[in-house]
Amino acid sequence: MNVLSFVNAFFSDSAHWHGYDGIPQRLLEHVQYTLMALGLAAAIGLPLGLLTGHTGRGGNAVAFVATAARALPSFGLLVLIAVVVGIGLLPVMVPLVVLAVPPILVTTYEAVRSVDPSPVDAARGMGMHETSILLRVELPVALPLVLSGLRSAAIQVVSTATIAAYVSLGGIGRYIIDGLYQRDYEKVVGGATLVALLALVTLAVFWAAERLAVSPGVRRR
Amino acid sequence: MNGFFDIPSDLGNTYFGLIGLHLREALLPVLAGLLLALPIAQLCVRFRWLYPPVLGVTTVFYAIPSLAVFVVLIDYTGQTELTVMIPLAVYSLVVLVPAIVDGVRSVPGETLAASTAMGFGPVRRYLQVQLPIAVPAIIAGLRVAVSASISLVSVGALIGNQGALGNLLADAQKYGRPELAVNSVLTTAVLAILCDAALVLVRNLLTPWMPRGKGKRPKEAAVRQERSDLKKAELPKTPESPETPEKAVAR
Amino acid sequence: MTSTAKSSRSRTRHTGAAAVALTAAAALLAGCSSSDDTSDNPLAGEKAEAGTVVVGSNNFAESTLLADIYGEALKAKGLKVTYKHNIGSRETTYGLMKNGSVTVLPEYNGALLAYLDPEAEQKSTEAVNTAAKAQLDKKLTLLESSPAENKDSVSVNAETAEKHGLTAESTLADLKDIAPDLVIGGSPEFQTRQQGLKGLESVYGLKFKSFKALDAGGPLTQSALTKNTVQAADIFTTDPTIIKEKFVVLKDPENLFGYANVTPLVHKDGLSQEGVDTLNAVSAKLDTKTLLDLDAQVQLDKKDPLDVAKEWLKTAGLV
Repeated sequence: MNVLSFVNAFFSDSAHWHGYDGIPQRLLEHVQYTLMALGLAAAIGLPLGLLTGHTGRGGNAVAFVATAARALPSFGLLVLIAVVVGIGLLPVMVPLVVLAVPPILVTTYEAVRSVDPSPVDAARGMGMHETSILLRVELPVALPLVLSGLRSAAIQVVSTATIAAYVSLGGIGRYIIDGLYQRDYEKVVGGATLVALLALVTLAVFWAAERLAVSPGVRRR
Repeated sequence: MNGFFDIPSDLGNTYFGLIGLHLREALLPVLAGLLLALPIAQLCVRFRWLYPPVLGVTTVFYAIPSLAVFVVLIDYTGQTELTVMIPLAVYSLVVLVPAIVDGVRSVPGETLAASTAMGFGPVRRYLQVQLPIAVPAIIAGLRVAVSASISLVSVGALIGNQGALGNLLADAQKYGRPELAVNSVLTTAVLAILCDAALVLVRNLLTPWMPRGKGKRPKEAAVRQERSDLKKAELPKTPESPETPEKAVAR
Repeated sequence: MTSTAKSSRSRTRHTGAAAVALTAAAALLAGCSSSDDTSDNPLAGEKAEAGTVVVGSNNFAESTLLADIYGEALKAKGLKVTYKHNIGSRETTYGLMKNGSVTVLPEYNGALLAYLDPEAEQKSTEAVNTAAKAQLDKKLTLLESSPAENKDSVSVNAETAEKHGLTAESTLADLKDIAPDLVIGGSPEFQTRQQGLKGLESVYGLKFKSFKALDAGGPLTQSALTKNTVQAADIFTTDPTIIKEKFVVLKDPENLFGYANVTPLVHKDGLSQEGVDTLNAVSAKLDTKTLLDLDAQVQLDKKDPLDVAKEWLKTAGLV
């Protein structure tokens, strides 16, 4: 296999480095889709997970939502919405958000539920408000797990955002879909490499976020 | 002619034929992934240093989009089901290895010591003590792997009718028949939910010693169940972090 | 499975249950897979079974329809026919033709020639066929062309036509000054084909603002053009939406898109003389007007292409 030579050819072709089909532009689009989807999913999953985790109510609903969302096929949703409402950002955002919500929601719920009850009781005994207990006691302790849920969602979204290209949007998937139809391995392999690199960068970002945001007392090891 | 279940002739299959095909294309790879994951996980348990690099490599594999793998594989395995199934098997492997490792590692030292004292050899101990105790964790991994696999088969539609129910999506677009896309998404989702339910059932059958939240608090039963599995797998090691199957995917 | 698991209380039996369950699952899956045909074996899937004609099609509606027409005609002569539909673009199907996975593929002669030799001049449909045959892989050949023609074309939507005063008499050359303001759409392969962006630039000097990858003249392209997401697009000349949406097809005086007569591409070893004669008879009866009508039945009336194919073969007296 000369996959490496394809990678090399892809990245050394100067035509791949500028214009609307250049690597910087496609990378930017890909990161935009990812951040947008992740932001929306976090806006849905985090508050719900924190609330259900804190109260201990609605666990069944969390499990149900997660199972249902996981069952929905990303590619299917993409095509379905594209056929119904036409091409645009919506057909891409819906499947990506549906993909990202379960890991964020379930992990956040689990994280808050598994916080050691004694400091929570102590806080309550000190007269802390429930909101403060959630945000100042439970969340800091639960943070490593919450971040791991976000990270898992981020990796999956980075990888899956490639399907945006099937409904004519940009992103790194453009190289993979175009490569399929143009029978151009250089593009396919180059695109796959870019996605893998982006996934590694995502891992690094979350690693750094954990170092910065998690209190040393909570940090494992 | 435009009914919900009128499958276009170019798919060369009936509705139920597509369902059978979809299940086969999705489940065979998971089975293959499981058979590969068991020995790999055992190696990771035996040689602890092996686990982090294995996890790193598999995470990067997981991030590579399936379509890219399909396209590269076409030259070797043709426009066939096998081309779709190979990457799915790899994804299953990636999900299952950490699930099994965490499950097997979670077996308490005393239990292992007790089985050794009873005269169990390493093989018998693995098969009769470690593996059964790891069943909940393994099933949790299988649930994620199966639903991902069922979802991903559809992408095979892009390499020439190899996506089973996903082929309906391509045709929905080609002929402008949205009902075919609705059919595809709904059927795929129902299949995923049924397979998930079947796995939960298998787990309950295989782990009759587990406490069940039946009757008293039905509301929380499902999540409790999941939690107790995860806790079982993780508590001895890191009490503050019950491993979720999601987390197993990429870390 | 149920009974073993229920009866088990000791750990030993649990393992037994697990083993039974796994074996049962494995047997079930194995059973499922062995019950099906050869498609499991990658090598079997690659080579057409002896005596069976594999009719393939590209990933757009008309290709499926034409494959059905040719395939059903062969079936009516008692030949064993299987279909391999929606394969992808020519870039993929040509490879499958070469290695014999596909025996018959409805092609468009000029488009095929442009794929084989981007520099080739296209003077008449006969000359195109002669040139294409010379360039084809030795195992492949073209049968007689049908009068039915379906070209690629650059078409603009009504809005753009009005804005820039383009009419049915306008040519691609008239786009020269406007092109930098226009987004053009087409299949992903249009971007790298001579009968695509490359030729538009080298022959007409057109440089568009950007290219948007859509599908092969399908619904994505139609809707993108209608909604003005793209102002110009590669539209097939037999596309029924041209009239419906008042797209303006630009003339092609330099003949970039050449000839595009429906012509079956066949793998020589895979088709008997009887088969060849059958396909030639079908092609002879198919003209552009008929093709337009059949396309409209599939794309506008949403009839199944196979039904449309069978019905036409019957009314044309071919079966």
